[in-house]
Amino acid sequence: MNERVAIVGVGWSGFRPVTPELSYKELTYAAAVRAYADAGVDPRRDIESFVTVAEDFNEGTSIFDEYTPDQLGAVLKPMHTITGDGLHGLATAYMLIRTGQFNVVAVEGHSKASNILTLPEITAYAQDPVINRPLRFNSHFIAGLEMNRYLYETGATQDQCAAVVVKNRRNALTNPSAPYGADLTVDDILAGPVLSWPLGSRQAADHADGAIVMVLASESAARQLAGTPVWILGAGWCSDSPALENREWAQAVYARQSARMAYRQAGFSNPKQVVDLVEVDDTYAYKELQALEALGFYRSGEAGIATEEGATQPDGEIPVNVSGGSLGIGHLLDATGLARALEVVLQLRGEAGSRQLDGLEVGLAQSWRGVPTASGAVIVMSN
Amino acid sequence: MGMRKVAVVGAGMTKFVRRAQETAKELCWEAARLALDSSELTMDDIETVCLGTAPDAFDGVHMNGEYLSDGAGAWRKPYMRSYVGGGTGVFVPIQGWYHIASGLFDTCLVVAEEKMSSYYPHAQAAFLTIFDHTTERPLKPNLLWIFALEMNRYMHTYGISKEDIARVAVKNKRNAADHPSALLGDPNITVEDVLNSEVLAWPVNRFDVSPVSDGAVAIILAAEHVAKRITDKPVWIEGVGWNLDTAHWTNRDLAYPRYVEYAARMAYDMAGIREPRKEINIVEPYDPFDYKELHHLEGLLLADRGKAPQLVADGVTNRDGDMPVCPSGGLLGVGNPIAAAGLMKIAELFWQLRGEAGKRQVPGQPKRGLAQAWGDLMQVGTVVIMGR
Repeated sequence: MNERVAIVGVGWSGFRPVTPELSYKELTYAAAVRAYADAGVDPRRDIESFVTVAEDFNEGTSIFDEYTPDQLGAVLKPMHTITGDGLHGLATAYMLIRTGQFNVVAVEGHSKASNILTLPEITAYAQDPVINRPLRFNSHFIAGLEMNRYLYETGATQDQCAAVVVKNRRNALTNPSAPYGADLTVDDILAGPVLSWPLGSRQAADHADGAIVMVLASESAARQLAGTPVWILGAGWCSDSPALENREWAQAVYARQSARMAYRQAGFSNPKQVVDLVEVDDTYAYKELQALEALGFYRSGEAGIATEEGATQPDGEIPVNVSGGSLGIGHLLDATGLARALEVVLQLRGEAGSRQLDGLEVGLAQSWRGVPTASGAVIVMSN
Repeated sequence: MGMRKVAVVGAGMTKFVRRAQETAKELCWEAARLALDSSELTMDDIETVCLGTAPDAFDGVHMNGEYLSDGAGAWRKPYMRSYVGGGTGVFVPIQGWYHIASGLFDTCLVVAEEKMSSYYPHAQAAFLTIFDHTTERPLKPNLLWIFALEMNRYMHTYGISKEDIARVAVKNKRNAADHPSALLGDPNITVEDVLNSEVLAWPVNRFDVSPVSDGAVAIILAAEHVAKRITDKPVWIEGVGWNLDTAHWTNRDLAYPRYVEYAARMAYDMAGIREPRKEINIVEPYDPFDYKELHHLEGLLLADRGKAPQLVADGVTNRDGDMPVCPSGGLLGVGNPIAAAGLMKIAELFWQLRGEAGKRQVPGQPKRGLAQAWGDLMQVGTVVIMGR
């Protein structure tokens, strides 16, 4: 009874470490124009609802949703903000279209991280103000704790985490939109300064500026549009405990639960047999390994081994973060999940340029909302 | 249409108070618990959770939705927080509606919370950074000033007096005297009291404005087949609408909220309503200021432009009038913990339409009600129509 939903247009601007000549509105406008041209839609005529993902503190503006409509062509239209990751935004558009009340919905996410003078202090403001903040934890410190627990429980090694960085930043060399491409070795990664042992500074994604806009449509609308549809087979999202004190540190329970929800909608249980391409959260290198296990591609402790053996390389059994991931593209704040989904869409459409993989049918994107959260989302797509 | 029907099956709210002893998380849980108990459900029955809360600056927590998630009952559940400024309280039930109408879920807990008292020295300061950082913030405007501009424009355009507007505050604060959760109910308040209260930013006097408050409200939504198992008195969500205008509020016609009209038209279309003045029995428009209730009745097409004050003067909008408006007591009387205040209006319609509103009950067994909220830079309208 609910119609299928497709991503029918994508557009992005960036990604660059700094964009001093552009405002977030200009970045978003550029991405929106590309996405609308890609989908063959006029936002004033064809798009019925708009969704932005944003957080006030990242923007330096209270009630930031005030500033979302103009640059998207969304003035005097049904528009709302989700304080979530880009994949939460996609899931929202997916739900809106499935209600039958909307045929075409746009989703936007952006990062102007270079504008934030005090990013470490901002992210630390997400900690519990009573129990945790008096301890003055840096966000990387909490990630270091989590990495330590992950290595301890699974037997994964620092070398394996470093291998993730080597792979993703090499992949980024083939992605013209990725600013952090580099040809490095495991030793180069491990030789960097320590952020919070065992987490090294070269295992943490740097930030980038950019914006991503996607246009989604119901099946009947998608059939009439110019763009190549990429179908959403399933969407899942989950929030585990926000408290640092009572969550599982070694496992990404939120990713496991999100995946189960998305797989159930998509009608499969073993992703390894179905999914051809994976873009997962790699804000920190160990998160990629943790995510691959939570998503069911590897058993606990095996993702690192597989990475060292090259199984997650573009020519491996499960290509992971062919785009370069956040380590190669840069972390895009709330738009990070949309960057993961963007690569899946481009690959499934056969438009990924020199990094294009062959024979793809099903792709998966996964996101995490960052320290100190234990929440994220998963979207499964097919061409 | 073949769309899934969605019902409200439970509701609960905390007292709205000046300064709650509870943390924001505890307020969320208290409201959620009351809503669950009202429908004899437990968290095991809830498939997904939606949260509404206004700016992160109030709680001083980045990604406040994440921080509040366990208080709202979202532990290991699909959970999202939606956000349209002051319109959030009536948007978050719309968010719950699309979760269920999408077919992905059968039950949804919707929680709205606001704790404004922890902001020091005054919650107003959280709004200093809502203005455009380049063009407006250097002028140091605050919310009271821009709403005073809007009120003045409304009065000037239609020749409306401060007395006309003060009657709304009197009606709502008197109505709130019957609400057990109300902060500012007063059965004896008069128009003179409002006019003689301190001027904050002319033409806005202290009693023209709703109070800064703490509180939380929760409702439970269910798909049709589940709702009928939970209660024999489900209240259906018949129409929803929302609309966001440009951020450039200085270019806007401040006398008429066109974005509210567009949101209302969307909701009326969905509910199949052609003559809203005949088909809506109870109205809970957003009334953070008394003039806003009038402004919104006009935007909702329930009064002609500039004519809403006459409805109030004629008693049409009294609880026993032809079109009761804010029988709850509204934000002016019950209080204005921003997102929670919007959802309070949905809870009020739920109780009114089920005949469970106690001393506040509107006579004549109302069949259909409308709740509306407004926010951002005089910019967003959110509308929900509910019926039994």
